[in-house]
Amino acid sequence: MSGATADPRMNSRKPPSRGLSLSWSDPRFRSIVWQVLIVGGVAAIIWYLVANTARNLEVRRIATGFAFFDRVAGIPIGEHMIDYDPAIHSYGRAMWIGVLNTMKVSVVAIVLASIIGTLVGIARLSKNWLLARLAAIYVETIRDIPLLLQLFFWYTLVQGLPAPRQAFKPVAGVFLSNRGIKVPMLEWETAHWWAFAAFIVGWIGTAAWARVARKRQEATGIRPKVWPAGLALMIAFPVVVWAALGAPFVLEMPALRGFNFVGGFTLSPEYGALTIGLTLYSASYIAEIVRSGILSVPNGQWEAAGALGLRPGTVLSQIVLPQALRVIIPPMTSVYLSIAKNSSLAVAIGYQDVVSIANTILNQTGQAVEGIAAIMAVYLTISLSISLFMNWYNARIALVER
Amino acid sequence: MSSTTVNDTGSTPRERPPLLVAGPVAWMRANLFNSWLSSAVTLALLYLIITSVLRFIDWALINAVWSVPKNPQGIVDATACRDIKGSGACWAVISDKYRFILFGRYPFEEQWRAALCIVLFVGLFVVSAMRRFWRQELAYIWIGTLTLIGILMWGGILGLDYVPNDTWGGLPMTLILATFGLAFAFPLAVFVALGRRSTGMPAVRILCVVYIELVRGVPLISVLFMASVMFPLFMPAGINPDKLLRAQIGIILFGAAYLAEVIRGGLQALSKGQYEAADALGLTYWQKMRLIVLPQALRMVIPPMVNNFIGSFKDTSLVLIIGIFDLLTSAKVALAEPAWQGYSTEVYIVLAAIYFVFCYSMSRYSRGLEAEFSRSARR
Repeated sequence: MSGATADPRMNSRKPPSRGLSLSWSDPRFRSIVWQVLIVGGVAAIIWYLVANTARNLEVRRIATGFAFFDRVAGIPIGEHMIDYDPAIHSYGRAMWIGVLNTMKVSVVAIVLASIIGTLVGIARLSKNWLLARLAAIYVETIRDIPLLLQLFFWYTLVQGLPAPRQAFKPVAGVFLSNRGIKVPMLEWETAHWWAFAAFIVGWIGTAAWARVARKRQEATGIRPKVWPAGLALMIAFPVVVWAALGAPFVLEMPALRGFNFVGGFTLSPEYGALTIGLTLYSASYIAEIVRSGILSVPNGQWEAAGALGLRPGTVLSQIVLPQALRVIIPPMTSVYLSIAKNSSLAVAIGYQDVVSIANTILNQTGQAVEGIAAIMAVYLTISLSISLFMNWYNARIALVER
Repeated sequence: MSSTTVNDTGSTPRERPPLLVAGPVAWMRANLFNSWLSSAVTLALLYLIITSVLRFIDWALINAVWSVPKNPQGIVDATACRDIKGSGACWAVISDKYRFILFGRYPFEEQWRAALCIVLFVGLFVVSAMRRFWRQELAYIWIGTLTLIGILMWGGILGLDYVPNDTWGGLPMTLILATFGLAFAFPLAVFVALGRRSTGMPAVRILCVVYIELVRGVPLISVLFMASVMFPLFMPAGINPDKLLRAQIGIILFGAAYLAEVIRGGLQALSKGQYEAADALGLTYWQKMRLIVLPQALRMVIPPMVNNFIGSFKDTSLVLIIGIFDLLTSAKVALAEPAWQGYSTEVYIVLAAIYFVFCYSMSRYSRGLEAEFSRSARR
């Protein structure tokens, strides 16, 4: 044994470094062969389909590519949040209106469903037996009926409202008729933009003050009040700005002229039915999530908070819900995703969302591949954004462990 | 004053009777009237419930019209329904059209076959729910029943008349789309879930992840549109699979992505020791999966799989949009008849009841099973 060689046992401990042997008994070789075969098979199928499609498109003389997005659309669109004239504007703009309409219904449904779902979820845990039973019946029934059927039901109900001449008038200036819901609209002026900016500034200021308050609470145990600052910054400040600019306030009232209304802001029957149906359906899922989230908080937390002398409302909002949120957020994300995807049922009741408009476009141009690719791209983007946002929020509220 | 002194015979004052701690009054005090707020809520809800139930009974039972006369040409006379519109339900639309709603345009004399298929489907669900059938034989039962259903619906052999599938419709169609969808999605989902979990084959894993996330990121409607519009373009010239098959393939591919995630949950929940023990025994990959992993992992995910099935059962109603004749479509078509326009509420209530019976019984079953599983896991 010469001193130059190291401990022989060290050498024997090193795993034998064999090269890739071309033998079926080598697992690495096997896995490479399998991967090549599977990926190759999938690629061959895709190539075959693409080749078929290309040939079929050629035979049917259908153009390819997204150039049609620049052509004049000629599709009438009832509800548009941005300017649109079918004789001037392009398919691309029509598509964009569809995206905005999808977002309009999804965002509103997400917000409303979260509020209603949380209330129903808490109601299911109420000590009041009747309230808890009613909430349970609501959840069980709504979940077990297809959303599409519910949408048809709401749509029929909305269409069954009286004609504009006999419209319901629950409050002055608000009309409920089969042409939709008409509400007065504020005439928007520069002063309102400034007031809105002031509100944003106030919001940021309040958030900053809340941070300071929390720091001080951690340091001294005394929490400075946040709500007076919030009231002053978010409500009073914008009002002062608005008043300083002359306090313009003109309401455009809807009025019956002939057989229909003019003026005011309209929520179409289709939009109304879709929002109501989507909200109530999704709220039943959210209620279950909230309920199980609250149940996941150990009883000791309620009791300890009670022992500290906190009132039941405070216990729920300060102790239980923040802990329940950690359980609630991940499944909530998937409900939000399904709200966005379910809003595509709009096509069945004639609300012009992105699927409905893209469907019209692909019927007119015959470019099915591009149309469906566009729909999928839009939804993938929406899904991805919701996932990213909720993951960020989840990471923010997650328990910080030392 | 006097009465108390007369009764106060001993040194101890007479005790008041104990507070009611049991019985309906005590229950109501504890659960309905335990605070003034709770009492107010109870009273308000009671008022709402009683008034709306009374109004519903008025509408659905007392003022309702149950059937209307039909003239010899087979044209219904719905005047009775029009007279009570708004104040009473017109169940005559159901008694007149129930065969059409349930079976669609399936030939009238052959509808017993479609009805038998519904019975077979229900039987299949019941058998699958029983634990004693949770073994390999269940797969054969499924294959056998689904084949039988196919024979019954199509006919053409055994003396049954051939019925082309563009006349199928109604409840059998809904059940076919959902059940065949599950049957074909399931094996695909198992392979995709295994692929997503495989550590040794990164290329396959990426392929599976892309498939799952792509499908889960888009709505079912877009997949159905793709199946109905793009599918014919994919095929070589001359081959044009019919509409039902295309929709069914779309539903299978869509369902498989969701099912794969459910199965992956089971694969992940299985303790690592099971995998290692199988490896230690020298089992090959497929032996390990077939004999050790999958039997345990699949059992664990039966409750979420049932929930998944409920979801796809409801989702089949979306085929209405691409013009396939399922339960909802046949109801819509029945409502388009001039005599029955405007009586959709009645029809929708009946449809909702049908869907509810199926979905609610499945969800009760899955919840019971879940409770049972978690009990035995804790023991």
